[in-house]
Formats: sequence, C-alpha cells, structure tokens
Amino acid sequence: MKFDTPATTNPIDQLKVVGQPFDRIDGPAKTTGTARYAYESHDVAPDAVYGCIVGAAIAKGRILSIDETDAKAAPGVLGIVTAENAGKLGQGDFNTAKLLGGPEVDHYHQAIAVVVAGTFEQARAAAQRLRVRYEPSRGRFDLAAAKDTAVKPKPGAGGPSDSSVGDFATAFAAAPVQFDATYTTPDQTHAMMEPHATVAKWDGNQLTMWTSNQMIAWTVGDVAKTLGIPKEDVRLISPYIGGGFGGKLFLRADALLAALAARAVRRPVKVALPRPLVINNTTHRPATIQRIRLGATRDGKLTAIAHESWSGDQPDGEPETAVSQTRLLYAGEHRLTAMRLAVLDLPEGNSMRAPGEAPGMMALEIAIDEMAEKLGLDPVEFRIRNDTQVVPDNPVKADSDDPQAKGEQTHVPHPPFSQRQLVECLRRGAEKFGWARRNPKPAQARDGRWLVGTGVAAAFRNNLLMKSAARVRLDQRGIVTVETDMTDIGTGSYTIIAQTAAEMMGVSLDEVVVNLGDSRFPVSCGSGGQFGAANSTSGVFAACVKLREAVARKLGVEAGEATFAHGRVFAGGRSGTLAELAGPAGLTGEDGIEYGDLDKRYQQSTFGAHFVEVGVDAVTGETRVRRMLAVCAAGRILNPKSARSQVIGAMTMGVGAALMEDLVVDKRKGFFVNHDLAGYEVPVHADIPHQEVIFLEETDPIASPMKAKGVGELGICGVGAAVANAIHHATGIRIRDYPITLDKLLERLPLPTDSG
Amino acid sequence: MRPFTYERARTPAEAAAAAKRHAGAKFVAGGTNLLDLMKLEIETPTHLIDVNGLGLDTLETTPEGGLRIGALVRNTDLAADARVRRDYGVLARALLAGASGQLRNMATTAGNLLQRTRCPYFYDTNMPCNKRVPGDGCAAIGGFTRQHAVIGASDACIATHPSDMAVALRVLDATVETIGPDGATRRIPLADFHRLPGDQPQVETALAAGELITAVTLPRPVGGAHFYRKVRDRASFAFALVSVAAIVQRDGSGRVALGGVAHKPWRVEAAESEMTKGARAVVARLLAGAKPTTENAFKLKLVERVLAAVLAEAKGARG
Ligand SMILES: Cc1cc2nc3c(=O)[nH]c(=O)nc-3n(C[C@H](O)[C@H](O)[C@H](O)COP(=O)(O)OP(=O)(O)OC[C@H]3O[C@@H](n4cnc5c(N)ncnc54)[C@H](O)[C@@H]3O)c2cc1C
Ligand code: SF4
Repeated sequence: MKFDTPATTNPIDQLKVVGQPFDRIDGPAKTTGTARYAYESHDVAPDAVYGCIVGAAIAKGRILSIDETDAKAAPGVLGIVTAENAGKLGQGDFNTAKLLGGPEVDHYHQAIAVVVAGTFEQARAAAQRLRVRYEPSRGRFDLAAAKDTAVKPKPGAGGPSDSSVGDFATAFAAAPVQFDATYTTPDQTHAMMEPHATVAKWDGNQLTMWTSNQMIAWTVGDVAKTLGIPKEDVRLISPYIGGGFGGKLFLRADALLAALAARAVRRPVKVALPRPLVINNTTHRPATIQRIRLGATRDGKLTAIAHESWSGDQPDGEPETAVSQTRLLYAGEHRLTAMRLAVLDLPEGNSMRAPGEAPGMMALEIAIDEMAEKLGLDPVEFRIRNDTQVVPDNPVKADSDDPQAKGEQTHVPHPPFSQRQLVECLRRGAEKFGWARRNPKPAQARDGRWLVGTGVAAAFRNNLLMKSAARVRLDQRGIVTVETDMTDIGTGSYTIIAQTAAEMMGVSLDEVVVNLGDSRFPVSCGSGGQFGAANSTSGVFAACVKLREAVARKLGVEAGEATFAHGRVFAGGRSGTLAELAGPAGLTGEDGIEYGDLDKRYQQSTFGAHFVEVGVDAVTGETRVRRMLAVCAAGRILNPKSARSQVIGAMTMGVGAALMEDLVVDKRKGFFVNHDLAGYEVPVHADIPHQEVIFLEETDPIASPMKAKGVGELGICGVGAAVANAIHHATGIRIRDYPITLDKLLERLPLPTDSG
Repeated sequence: MRPFTYERARTPAEAAAAAKRHAGAKFVAGGTNLLDLMKLEIETPTHLIDVNGLGLDTLETTPEGGLRIGALVRNTDLAADARVRRDYGVLARALLAGASGQLRNMATTAGNLLQRTRCPYFYDTNMPCNKRVPGDGCAAIGGFTRQHAVIGASDACIATHPSDMAVALRVLDATVETIGPDGATRRIPLADFHRLPGDQPQVETALAAGELITAVTLPRPVGGAHFYRKVRDRASFAFALVSVAAIVQRDGSGRVALGGVAHKPWRVEAAESEMTKGARAVVARLLAGAKPTTENAFKLKLVERVLAAVLAEAKGARG
C-alpha cells in the first residue's frame, strides 16, 4: 500500500480495540518466565556450548602475539577463534569499527577472540588464560582536546551537517538581547537490562541465530555481508528483547562471534556480553560540546538562532546530530546550525534513545530558559511567543543517503507541520502543574532541608517513516495470525499489532496471535527512532486490507462495502463468519506500507512539554526529583497504557541523563572507566517520584493510515533540561555541564548554619 | 574463575584450622563480594571454607551491658534488632543506607567489614593495580578519582573502603573478636583493624592468615543523638561519596567518623575535642593533611557541610 494522500476514515477510526488501554498480551509469558529470551533458547539447541569473548586490553595499537597454550589446555575448551583463523570477514553496512579486531586494535574491549568450551564457567576461565601481547600506540580520547580538529561530516540520515537561513551573524550582532553559552553532555550507555546475547547454529550452509536484536533485516544483511554468505542462508529469530534503546540496532560481536565459533567447533554456540563489554565493546551515545547563540528583541521575539555541536567517533563514523531539532522548533528569521566531527579512538558512537534530539534538547532547552530569564519573561510564555507553524529551516537533503530522498523534485523551504500542538502542550501542562503559582525569582522556596524549584522544557522528536510489511492469516477457527519481523523491545509491539489486526478484522484481541522477530516473516520497520509503533501497525493495516479483500471475495461482496465485526462480515444483506469463509485452506493477506512524499510536503514531528519539580539538599547539593509531568501531542495513541509506560520510562532516563549518567573517559588509557552498573548509575526507584503523563487529543492523517506517530522517544527529549532548569530555579545556580552532580553545585550553595 | 575446593566447617576452631591446612583458602559468608571477585579472578582462592553453619549468627548482650554481634549476623537482621535500633541508632542507619534489601539479606557482619574497595581500576584486570598485583602500579592515580581517598592514601594506592557499617562501628568503638588457626582468640579494636595502604595496599586489615572473625562487640551504649548521613548521586543503591557517622551528646560533645574519604573508616579522636566549636574546627583537625585530587576535592567541603548540618540538628533537638 502506498500511502501518498492523507488518510480518510478507515476501520481503525472505530477505536473499539485500537486506542484502548489493553494490558500487554505478552505480559503473562514474561511474568511467568515462559517468554524465551535469546540466551534462554535452550530447547532449540540443547547441545549448545559456550563462547566467551576476549576484549582488547588496550585502546589503540597492535596485537603482537596471542599465546593460546594455556587457554587451549584449560578444561573443556573446544576452540578459539581470532582474526588469524576466522577467515576473511567483510564489513557490515552499520558497523564503524571491526567486530573482530586484530592485529590492529581500534578501541578498548574490541573483541579479539572468542574462546569456546563446554560450560560457561570453563569458557570464561579459559578466556582469562589467553596471553595477549600488545604494542600500544597513541590514541585520541579527549573530545575537548580534539574539538579543533573536528571536520564537517558527510550528510547523514538527519540531513546535511550545516544549514543557514538569512544572515545569522549580522542579526545576532544587531540583536538587542544576546545570549551565548556552551554546554556539554557526556557519553552514555544504553544500560538496557538484557545484555547482547546470541545462540548461533549452523545446518550445513544455513545459519540460524536466536538473538536479541531490534532490526532483523538490517542485521541479516550485515551478517551475510560480514561472513560473505548469501542473505538467504541467514535466519534471525528475536522474539523477545530485554531492552535495546538503540544498542541492539545492529550486528554486534556477540552474534558474529557466536556464528564464527559455531562454525569452528561444529556445535551451536551461545555468547552473551558481560556488562563491561556492553559498555566498551558495543555502541554508546557520544558526548557533545554544544554552543548556542540566541538573539532576541526586548519583547522576546527570537531573531537569531545558532546551534553548533561537536562530537567524536571512530574514523568514518558519524556525528551525534544534536542540532537537528533547532532547525524545527522555534521561529526566528536568521539561523545557523552546524555539526563537526572529530576522530576519537573510543568505542564507536551511535544511536541511543532519541539520538540527536536527546542531547540536543538538553542544551537548547536550558539556553531557552536562560534567554527567558535574561528577558524577564516566563519561560512558558517565551516559548509560546516563538512558536512557528512552518519549518523555519529546511535544508535540502538532496545528497543524503536516504533512498527515499532521491528523485525528490521540489524542495519546500518552509513546509507546514502535519500537526503541531506545542503551545497547547505548554499551556495544558502549565495549568495542570500549577505553574501560575511559581515565583519567577530563583532560590526562594524551601521545604525543610530542600531548596525547591520547578522547571519546564519543550519536548520535540521527529516522526520517521519507514517501509514496513506484514502477513496476516485467517484460519478456520477464525483466529487471525500476524507475522512480521517487527520486534518488541519491551515497548508493546505485540499488543498494538494485535489491536490493529483485531480492529481491522472485527475480532476480539484474544482471537489474534502475533508472531514477531523472525527473518522468515515479511520485513518490517523494526524498532528504533520511535518509528516502530506507527510504521509497523501501518504495515499490518495494509496486510489486513488485503485480507479483508480476500474475505469479501469469498463472500462475494465488495470489500469497500463490507463491515467486519464480532468475527463476521456483513455486506449488502449477506453475512458469514470469518471462520467459515477462511475454510480449511485459510486466507492470507500480505502487504506493506510505503510512503509517498507527504513527509516532504509536511514536516512530521511530535511535541510535548515537560514540567519538573526538584528539591536540592541545601547542605549536600543532592538533587532529588519531586514531581514530573509530561504533556504529549504525538498523533493517535494506539494504547494509552503502553504509551504511558514508554513516556514514563523515557522521563526516567531523562532524569538519569540530568543527574547521574556519565560514562567517564580515562583520557590516558582511552576507555570508559565506570563500565558496570555499580559505577554507571541509572535512576533507581527511590529517585523517581510519581510521574504524570497527559496525551493531547490528536490524530495525524498525514502521518499514516493509523493516524499515529511515535512517542517512545519524545518522552526523553527535554527532560534533562527541565531538571536543569528546576535546579536553577531552586538554587539560582546554572549548570551547563551534564550530569548535574552535587560537586558542581556545592561551591555556590549557601553555607549551612553551625559551620563554626 | 579458578577451580577451587569447598568445605563446610562446623566450628569456628575447625574453620580456622582448615584455613591453615590450605594455602590460598578463604572463608565465604554471604558471598556477595567474594564470589563477584572470584568470577573476575581478582580473588583466586584455591579452597573455600563456608562459615555459614558455625552458629555465629546470634546477637547477645554482654556482661558489661554492650552487644556481641555474631560474625554471621546478616546486615538486615542487625539493622532490625530492637537493641541496635534503640541504643546504637547510628549502626542501624548505616546498615540501611548500604547496598539493597536483597544484598543486606545475604551480607554478614564479618563479610561487610572485609569487603574490598570499589575502585574501578581494581575491578578491571587489564589495568595496573597494586592492590591486585603488588608492585604493578596504580592506574587510578592520575585517572578517574572522583570516588577515591582524600586522606591517608599513599603513592601506591588511593582507594577507599566502601563499607557504611564499618563507619558506624568505628564511631561506636567496636572491637573485632577472632580465632586463629592455632585456636588462640584475640580482640582487635576497630581502630586498628583496617590499615592504611602505605606501600602494601594488598594488606587491608590486621587479620593474620587463616584468622576467622567470630564476633564484633559494642561497648555499653553511650546515649546521645545518633546520625548517619550518606551522600550519594542517586537516592539508593550507591556507594557513599562521603558519609558522616556522629554521636552528639546533650552538652555538644561527641564523636564523628567518616566514610568515603580514606582506605578505612576515618576517625581522629583528637578532633572531637572541637565538637562544641563547630564543624569547621572539627574538620580542620579531622582532615588535616588531606591530599585530594581535583576530582574529589569537593569531599572536604562536603564533609564540613554535612557535619555542620548534623551539629545544627543536634543542637535544634536539644532546644
Ligand atoms: C551491588 C552492590 C552494592 C553494594 N552497596 C553497598 C553499600 O552501599 N554500602 C556497603 O557498605 N556495602 C555495599 N555493598 C557491599 C556489601 O555490603 C558486601 O558485599 C557484604 O557486606 C559482604 O558480606 P558477605 O557476607 O557477603 O561477604 P563475603 O562476600 O562472603 O566475604 C567477603 C570477605 O570476607 C571474608 N570473610 C567472610 N566472613 C569471614 C569471617 N567470619 N572471618 C574472616 N573472614 C571472613 C571472605 O573471605 C571475603 O574475603 C554492596 C555490594 C554490592 C554487590
Ligand atoms: S587506587 Fe588502589 S585499588 Fe585502585 S588501582 Fe590504585 S592500587 Fe588499585
């Protein structure tokens, strides 16, 4: 189905099932432990043995020698795979550094070997016996030091690295009120619960992998490319994923080395990454340095906006696209954005929940707060005054890699937004949060030992369109079975897909079976970039349209006139049950969603507002969040319960980013030092207060037939800044370097009494 | 993990004797620290002596009116004991500020005292560490030192002792009771139990090889207002950046010990004569000679501020 004109009324609009707060249909399997995650795929490979990956002990240099004598002699060892004996390996489309390093070492904990043994303990013990000699060389590990060597990166999915509208320099110089500040965000790790894990098994030339992966088709492609085998010979099965947040978008060392090891020992092999390898071996969210300049009139109209960002990555890597939202969020005639990329020899950077916008909004939304303060304006009001209903800066994406952008004829310089309720989000949130009662002066409210403050930030995340296909089968019991390689990374894909099929076919939710995450199924959008929900359900919608046609044909009526309800089809006086019409042979509908140029004619984005109240301990500077509210406008909400879970999870992650998450770089040795979950702190229950989420009524017929957009990443965008702004309101102290830990506040907090 | 043999001892004397028989033996109690370190091969015992069945899991009042805490009493049980909550509030609070509910259910009194540092370089066997491999060098010095010691450190090691419980025991003047492989018992004041790193950071306590902790005793309750303030980046389940254990009497005199600043719970009795003069005076002596790094210098300020708040609160409570 090609979606190239805005959606009109369709069966989803009935909202009998879609839009209802159903519990997760996969909930019982997960809470009873019967949902099999990758590493628990015991039954499919009962003879599996265990692989333990050895990560490089240096960050940059060469392996001089690997002495395998002790490791080979260790009990239970079946084989050792290194770059020496792995055979020729290609480079996947989505990897920057090699997944199996050697003799060159590109980053700390780059995999250099996998040791295979009969048990996990034997493999781990033997891996510790591998004697590797290195010749280290100098690496570049410090973003601040490398900043001036950063260059203009090639255009990526987010568009060109630079954009400009009007004449920023002149407008900024002439602006009656000017603001110029630099912010930093640190490297972060996804910290999903389930580490990367794979069971790999070869049957002749056929490779099957039970793995934990967000993007099945991408990864099948990269497995084939890396191993130099046809795609058809690779099957991936990833039905349950214990979180990913972008960390599992790609083929990683667990999967590749499980496949290599299984080939070497001629047995299925299981490999999981221990947490330190999750952190230094896989991808992370790269640190940024961001400079923001704003010029405004005295009555609070932005006239000049510049946002520049520096980040680092492995050679041929990509920038963190922290300036993207600044092209879209606020009005202002003269603008400039730029991204620069430095080469760093740290582990490779890549997507983590809301790449670009998450760190970008952390900086931009403090800057906006600072400018409002400078102008003596309420920060909610200031944002409202600078709202725009058209895109202020829409650079030509002509030379981007995006195949959908190729052949684009006309470039619309200022497209309208398909929906944009930023102002409504801010107003509704302010009202609900009691913003009017706020004393605009900082450092005024106290509650016992706590200095109390509130902060606001806008939330913004783009809606991304991806092709997505599905197959829907109807059997003679009237059961509808959906098959798509879509993944559920804990988000609720199973449930919203079942809701979509139930609504389309007129059956109840328990008459739908959903099978996901198998590369034998039609290729979906996968999970990432908050594109999963809207695109995958649109693909299921398209397949259901086909199935409805097949059912209607059986009944001998026009699909367009048929009503599907209660397991029956009605049209022109005729009717039949789905079960009967399917018959013993069953009926199948298969199709996918593809998009026309609606996203070129309209900008599709999601909006929100975050309101946060914090207490800062007047003595210690410890910040604890007391209240949180998010108001979101993100198209049709397919399931308010799972959508709410997504948003509160994202808000929690935003609190982590604001207050504690920080992969600390040892700039001498070139690695992330705090590489376990004792050292890398994420919020615990005690850190998170009651969180409230409001979804504004919205349907977006321009976005998809579901009239839905994404919401899972919107929830994190802006939270960090709202916390930072609340800390400023509580204490009068402005911190521009995340995370805002107590040591940054301490010097400037008032002295406690009785210091003597 | 290296292969090891395992036995379950039945009496304390037998446990200590077994430790002597096996070079490279270690006791295992809750296992919450030892087993993690064994998996990483930071600890490589060849023999484990399980001390959970020794009957050392009781609390009894001593003839002097103090409390004798069996070495195997779980942190959860100790924190919940009515006598501890009434008479040794600083200890109950310190325990509850540590780790998580699940860990405290396993963690024992002796194991907690002997838990090893959380220096991240100690945990990464690719990094040089004098505590792991004597003479190897110290990767932390010049590296990421936010958590590290500000006082009493050496050129060999700047790690801190991570225990909360031990800080409270130090301010309570606890004594560690042990039995040696030859059956001899001894009492070690907590003040002398943990060592500073010096040039042998791998030697962390006064225990001899094979010496088993049987109990920790507390003297008679000293009254006063009890405080344990643990400062950390997140609200729970995090090691202390600094912690302050204090007992303040009605006349303003009192005691104070610190966690998160040194290789052992940090207390300087002489500094306590300044208690009535305020936090600055106390801290000036308590942390005299401190050598922080730029990353952890904030700990000095922080200690002073927390102690000031504690003293103010104690004063407020006295009216
Ligand atoms: C994630 C995490 C977070 C934590 N957070 C905190 C925290 O915030 N604050 C805090 O204070 N602690 C914290 N801890 C540490 C925890 O308190 C210790 O792991 C625990 O107290 C150790 O007790 P155990 O009985 O399990 O010791 P084990 O692991 O069994 O043993 C530890 C050591 O003690 C020795 N040993 C045990 N019993 C005896 C004995 N009777 N005589 C002689 N030697 C003995 C063992 O040989 C071993 O060397 C945390 C631990 C973890 C894993
Ligand atoms: S501070 Fe101590 S524990 Fe840490 S690396 Fe140095 S020697 Fe090892």
